[in-house]
Amino acid sequence: MFDTLSEKLSTILDRLTGRGVLSPADIDAAAREVRRALIEADVALDVVRGFVDKLRERAEGVEVIKSVTPGQMVVKIVHDQLVETLGTSADPIDLNAPAPVPIMLVGLQGSGKTTTTAKIARRLAETARRKVLMASLDTRRPAAMEQLAVLGRQLGIDTLPIVAGQSPVQIATRAVQAARFGGFDVVLLDTAGRVTLDEAMMAEAAEVKRAADAHEVLLVADALSGQDAVNLARSFDQRVGLTGIVLTRVDGDGRGGAALSMRAVTGKPIKLVGTGEGLDALEEFHPARIADRILGMGDIVTLVERAAATIDAEKAARVAERMRKGAFDLNDLREQLGQMQQMGGIGGLMGMLPGIAKMKNQAMAANLDERLLKRQVAIINSMTAKERRSPDVLKASRKKRIAAGSGTKVEEINRLLKMHRTMSDMMKAMGGGKRGPLAAFGNMMGLGGGAPSPEQMAKLAERMPGGIPGGLPPAMPGLPAKFPGGGLPGLGGPKLPGLGGFPGLGKKK
Amino acid sequence: MNDSVKDGTNNPGWLRRLSGGLRRTSASISSAITDLVAKRKLDAATIEELEDALIRADLGLATAAKVAAAIGAGRHDRDVSGEEVRAVLAAEVEKILLPVAAPLVVDGAKKPFVILVVGVNGSGKTTTIGKLAAKFAAEGRKVVLAAGDTFRAAAVEQLKIWGARAGAPVIARAPGADAAGLAFDALEQARAQAADILLVDTAGRLQNKAALMEELAKMVRVLRKVDAGAPHAVLLVLDATVGQNALGQVEEFSRIAGVTGLVMTKLDGTARGGILVAIAEKYRLPVHFIGVGEGIDDLATFAARDFARAIAGIKD
Repeated sequence: MFDTLSEKLSTILDRLTGRGVLSPADIDAAAREVRRALIEADVALDVVRGFVDKLRERAEGVEVIKSVTPGQMVVKIVHDQLVETLGTSADPIDLNAPAPVPIMLVGLQGSGKTTTTAKIARRLAETARRKVLMASLDTRRPAAMEQLAVLGRQLGIDTLPIVAGQSPVQIATRAVQAARFGGFDVVLLDTAGRVTLDEAMMAEAAEVKRAADAHEVLLVADALSGQDAVNLARSFDQRVGLTGIVLTRVDGDGRGGAALSMRAVTGKPIKLVGTGEGLDALEEFHPARIADRILGMGDIVTLVERAAATIDAEKAARVAERMRKGAFDLNDLREQLGQMQQMGGIGGLMGMLPGIAKMKNQAMAANLDERLLKRQVAIINSMTAKERRSPDVLKASRKKRIAAGSGTKVEEINRLLKMHRTMSDMMKAMGGGKRGPLAAFGNMMGLGGGAPSPEQMAKLAERMPGGIPGGLPPAMPGLPAKFPGGGLPGLGGPKLPGLGGFPGLGKKK
Repeated sequence: MNDSVKDGTNNPGWLRRLSGGLRRTSASISSAITDLVAKRKLDAATIEELEDALIRADLGLATAAKVAAAIGAGRHDRDVSGEEVRAVLAAEVEKILLPVAAPLVVDGAKKPFVILVVGVNGSGKTTTIGKLAAKFAAEGRKVVLAAGDTFRAAAVEQLKIWGARAGAPVIARAPGADAAGLAFDALEQARAQAADILLVDTAGRLQNKAALMEELAKMVRVLRKVDAGAPHAVLLVLDATVGQNALGQVEEFSRIAGVTGLVMTKLDGTARGGILVAIAEKYRLPVHFIGVGEGIDDLATFAARDFARAIAGIKD
């Protein structure tokens, strides 16, 4: 749906051939696109204005480094500024108070407070080894208290017994007392959902905070929120006083502009993000990741982490070495395909890669999914050892046999072979050349060692839009012919060699 | 026999509640409008500010630009009052919304008439079902609820409470049960009980989760096994606080479950719900109801004129 900001900036600014200092025209064009992209990402308009003004100041007179385009330069400036606005470091929940530490969660209806309460409880109990008591103060939504009790039972975490007819303040007081007598370290208070300008309920939240002497007051907010997110954060901060924000539904495909808005308006740190329905899906907040997402660069860090966790480092290093020598055979390809499957398949990978959200949709439309990977593995499995080592021996009759054996068609085998050929050609080019885009790409992906810097990532993102970097064929081998566009970057082509190089990145983590 | 759901105009409270809920929405927009055009000409800069006010209401860039341009058309550099701008704004928004303001038509020949309610987590599906059940029951229809949210803790209990309030039986299974299987049973039971309407709740799911969306597709397939025409209506519940992502929600849920109409909830908050205008323009899906409160009768039939006037800040 959205063209990504980084793509847009590069297409606009790459037309400018001017070098040296960023011209006012460059900056104007960039500022317009940044404004548009931020609004499309649901960043509040006032925050957008401030951001763009600051960007202008910052970009003015900046010298464009020789090897990058003005577009890349601006992407970097925007990225840096986003990260700066979002906060540069992770801010954990503060338990530095006399036990039981009262932590209160507030937020709109349906933002995910109850689920988040349970997730935080689990996190504190399991990773921080605290004894946690949970209490629901939601006397309004039917079955809200039961919901928390059920979650408590699932997690083996105590919940305050439900006493009918008590007010939220009474329940809060009772919860703190029970926590004190029960020797709990932390007491989590899940409040009723509310609408921002409902004065009575805001007053009630403030009263609960006082009664419980809450040490942390966390606003649970939906990452998909629109322009209203700022009003929400502002009024809760003013009326109740927040210590931090928990962003939920970060696993959705929203751009997460609300994070930027709320942080900018309240100055309160985003402490945690909810990344799924499972009760363990709660993570620390990484400003750079949301920045990349708003920019549309994809969540490269997550991809790298997942790759590092999934891939057998030694195996990958061996493959990387073989790639460098140009001795990449079908056995290696099969290993790569298998690892791709483990990492969540094509859809999962593409969602995290920069600049190809659109292609992901196209891939879905083209019915390209796990099955393709499976079929390709099946084809290789139906070959003899000799055929896998030297695919050149594959002629018509062998191909027919393999097709019958793997339940595929000869055309599919041809596509697979073409993909393999393309990949090994590219790897040779990477291993050999020292200069040129492919060498840079190879370095970036770990063949040359070292983790890619954000600038390199930005550069990578720049090269992606056209499809495959360097001299790869326009049509993606191994994909259905109807697949539109200039091919899938990082899928059959650069992606696979990339995986081989990731372990090197993992070490940095 | 076709008859539309009563739009509640016989209920004296609904309009007050709607405008009460939307008042905050409109208050901020109308003050923005008044501020910006009270004492000046309608020039390009003013129109741009008007566009900004619409962006703040979540109309999105494209729709905001379109509406702002329409307001400017033919009025450039004329002195205009705030009143006039508001009227034009309301008219422009109404023009977009009018074609989508359609009541939910329950076909009495379909027994039961199956309504599947879908949406992302926390959008207000279960609450909407409770309100719909009460509305239908008050019209003398026999309503059965299917607790298809087998995932969220206590979702079944929540629906049962709503069911008791509306006097509608709830068909449920143990948490974690297969939702499609439950939908199958519920439809057969509702049929056996000669129910008029079966409201099927579903677990909230983000539209980018392929596996969960596939589960929803399965529910639809299974319902069709019992009744080839089911579900007769698929309502997507949208949260007014959600921003541009709502467009993606409409797109994906339509693709997977064949959404036939929309319900927008939480308009009693400060959220503007302007994304509905963008959705109306792009997808032209009927908007049936808006949720304006937590009470069982806080569900109003969507009226383009009222919504548009409320957005423009015109008080009735």
